[in-house]
Amino acid sequence: MTTRLINWFKYSSPPSFYPLAGKLIPFFAVLAALLCIAGMWIGLFVAPTDAQQGEGYRIIFLHVPASWMSMFIYIVMAFWSAMALVFNTRLSSMMATALAPTGAMFAALSLITGSLWGKPMWGTWWVWDARLTSELILFFLYVGYLALNAAIDDPRRADKACAVLALVGVVNVPIIYFSVQWWNTLHQGASISMTRAPSMARTMLLGMLLMALTAWMYSIAVALYRVRAIMLERERHADWVGELAEVKA
Amino acid sequence: MNWQSPGEFFAMGGYALYVWGSVLACVVCVVGEVVLVRMRRRAILGQLRRQRLADRLELEEHAA
Repeated sequence: MTTRLINWFKYSSPPSFYPLAGKLIPFFAVLAALLCIAGMWIGLFVAPTDAQQGEGYRIIFLHVPASWMSMFIYIVMAFWSAMALVFNTRLSSMMATALAPTGAMFAALSLITGSLWGKPMWGTWWVWDARLTSELILFFLYVGYLALNAAIDDPRRADKACAVLALVGVVNVPIIYFSVQWWNTLHQGASISMTRAPSMARTMLLGMLLMALTAWMYSIAVALYRVRAIMLERERHADWVGELAEVKA
Repeated sequence: MNWQSPGEFFAMGGYALYVWGSVLACVVCVVGEVVLVRMRRRAILGQLRRQRLADRLELEEHAA
């Protein structure tokens, strides 16, 4: 009997991950574009007008996926940081670092679209409410991570410091998620719950899920693109970098 | 289909500023990030190519 073993560590080294990532990027980018077209079509043309919020609710198709993604990217970033601290693998730190700017962008988008939604519905751009404040803290955590990373010259030390920051900050993610249950907030409750049947129209839900998938595919594509640049920056003196066709060209 | 005319679509039931503002913010952020990450790759590739060229010139100098 043969036991098939997959060598998971094979792709954890930059020389073998770099070409693999390069092959995966177009796939995720095309998928993101197609899902975005489908999601926005449903969101703008198919989904019915909301009974309470009229057409203004259509911001949901951008706001909810951006907010989910900002939280999810942070969890993935913390996961790679933990991996980097435990196994001390080069690639794990690079992955964590590559995700931070994208996470910061989604946190910013969540705050901007949320504010654009809050103005017509609540009558204010901003309120120091638990949900909004904890999301703002998430944005600051991303910015702090990036600033810390940029402030330490030695990449290995920067990786360690950033990994600790990412792990400490991850406590904020469940606070954001459950803030609408734990405290009395102006922000409405969770759009989708694991325990209740969805309360919104089928097409609204479908549009939102398609846009959430778009955010996933986009994030994977852009993070892989960035991690490739980071690999080149950090391993510029390595032989495998000198052998690349794009460097020889 | 919800809309009777293109004008109605762009008016978004009076929420045009907020809905289209959100769309614009997303487009600007995504395009901006893609442009920045491409510039980052181009910068490091340029550096690597120049370094390679410099190394080769140095080797030729030694050989001569």
